[in-house]
Amino acid sequence: MEYIKAFIVGGLICVVGQIILDNTKLTPAHILVSFVTAGVILGGLGLYKPIVKFAGAGATVPIVGFGNALAEGAIEGVKKNGIIGAFTGGITAAAGGIAAAILFGYIMALVFKPKTKN
Amino acid sequence: MAIKRIGSQTVKFQNPPSIISTYTIVGPKEGEGPLKDYFDMILEDDMWGQESFEKSEAKIQEEAIKAAISNGKLTNQDMDYLLAGDLLNQIVSSTYSARSLSIPYYGLFGACSTMTESLSLGAMLIDGGFADNLVCATSSHFSSAERQFRFPLEYGNQRKFSAQWTVTGSGATVLSANGNGPYITYATTGKIIDMGVKEADNMGAAMAPAAIDTLLTHFKDTGYSPKDYDLIVSGDLGKVGKAIVLELMKKEGYDLTDIYTDCGVEVFDIQQDTHAGGSGCGCAAVVLNGYIYKEMMKGKFSRVLVMATGALHSPTMNQQGESIPGIAHAITIDVNKD
Amino acid sequence: MENMNKKDYQKYAEKKIPKPTYLKNIILAFLVGGAICTVGQMVRAWLTKNGLDEKSVASGTAIIMVFIGSFLTGLGVYDKIGKVGGAGAAVPITGFANAIVSPAMEFKTEGLIFGVAAKLFTIAGPVLVYGVGSSIVVGILHLLFTRGR
Repeated sequence: MEYIKAFIVGGLICVVGQIILDNTKLTPAHILVSFVTAGVILGGLGLYKPIVKFAGAGATVPIVGFGNALAEGAIEGVKKNGIIGAFTGGITAAAGGIAAAILFGYIMALVFKPKTKN
Repeated sequence: MAIKRIGSQTVKFQNPPSIISTYTIVGPKEGEGPLKDYFDMILEDDMWGQESFEKSEAKIQEEAIKAAISNGKLTNQDMDYLLAGDLLNQIVSSTYSARSLSIPYYGLFGACSTMTESLSLGAMLIDGGFADNLVCATSSHFSSAERQFRFPLEYGNQRKFSAQWTVTGSGATVLSANGNGPYITYATTGKIIDMGVKEADNMGAAMAPAAIDTLLTHFKDTGYSPKDYDLIVSGDLGKVGKAIVLELMKKEGYDLTDIYTDCGVEVFDIQQDTHAGGSGCGCAAVVLNGYIYKEMMKGKFSRVLVMATGALHSPTMNQQGESIPGIAHAITIDVNKD
Repeated sequence: MENMNKKDYQKYAEKKIPKPTYLKNIILAFLVGGAICTVGQMVRAWLTKNGLDEKSVASGTAIIMVFIGSFLTGLGVYDKIGKVGGAGAAVPITGFANAIVSPAMEFKTEGLIFGVAAKLFTIAGPVLVYGVGSSIVVGILHLLFTRGR
């Protein structure tokens, strides 16, 4: 059951992105940036947590979930360390994904060569 | 007194220079397209043993120039000028290709219009008495163009249906004061026309007004009408631009339905999934030096108007919100001198 | 062309553009995006089963999904998934990984510092700037409204 929920919610979040792509002049890069920011706002307002509870990876795997993690981390940081926590909390919560992206990105770039399309 | 000038934008050559030889090299995808039998060389690997796409493009252009010259039974020393251009920043494909050729070199940038830009200027140099033989060339490479103008190859984006596919390839033409044709008899130099289209994935629509402007001017200046031509061909307007040219030319009173086409539409098949067709400096270059030249030599066409079209924008100007300036240069190629 | 003004031409040209296949794109985005999230859910379940706490499961899932996206990009598969799935491939964190690896790979020819390392952040940079930046704002606002409780 939780797989079906993840599939449907994750799929729907992507559909929102597709509708924006097909009806505006925005590029996938715009989508990534605006979705992560939307995730931060939803997370800050506490609106994304219920979606994560319901859909699991369907909510955390889309980049919106990355934004939500940043916001939740910042709030938690504030609770623990006040104003300093606002600065450290977000990145701390998202550190795994960011560090992985840097490391794996670097390694893959060294190992592989881009292939021509046809 | 500019005695060879007629009308507002056209020159009529008094001693029309002759195309004496050509050569074309294309990438694997172009080599599977409908014009594959007209290309002199089809690469199996578009890197051609080079370390980067840019170096590969330079090599493709260099080899095309060398082969065109030797096809004309001439040597590099016989060439008074090399006129070449491409799409990359600082036209590096052309400069690096020219590096080892040791031919006096003028680098040209007219984006995808460079093939007819170089042929117009080359014909003027010869008719003006400044050169006996010279070579004109352009190139483009899908992968080097993608990375300069669009996205990395491995980036998972969806291309719009109006987007075009940069042709990997190069075409070179040797022009001579002495030859048996086909001849370049007229050249109509285009003005920059910008109707405010901003989308780099809709270049056909951005360039079509320039093509229409040059066509109308050419007919007015030369007194030719569409029925004087066996074929009228634009460079890389693709499906979208071609449809616009046909429709708007009809409104201007010229029905081009049966004699007009576009190199970008011809070079790829619908099954090749390029969306609106081919583009790039190499597009007009390989279709002109491959298909059109060879069919003229066989006698299928006796007078052709070739009009390469260029979108003279850059990603920087695009990001600053600017629209795409278009240009189109037309040349008349005729098996007879007049 | 003189009797057509720029606005009219742009409107006319707009109509000449073939429309995207809206419904097909939406269905494919749903299926591809849903499938990627389902894989994410499997990773979550596996990590949970192995006794990780909630936070570690979240970080671990992100790390593994980023690895999958990077690896498929390196193999030359992710661009094909993206061509089919559109936003379904771009929006998941695997798409974020694709946006990081693809320019880095391609600019290897320009060296390890200004090529690979600088280009890693072509798209990741803006995402982090806006994501992290706005999370700090959220933290500060939270502090102001709740006085840190």
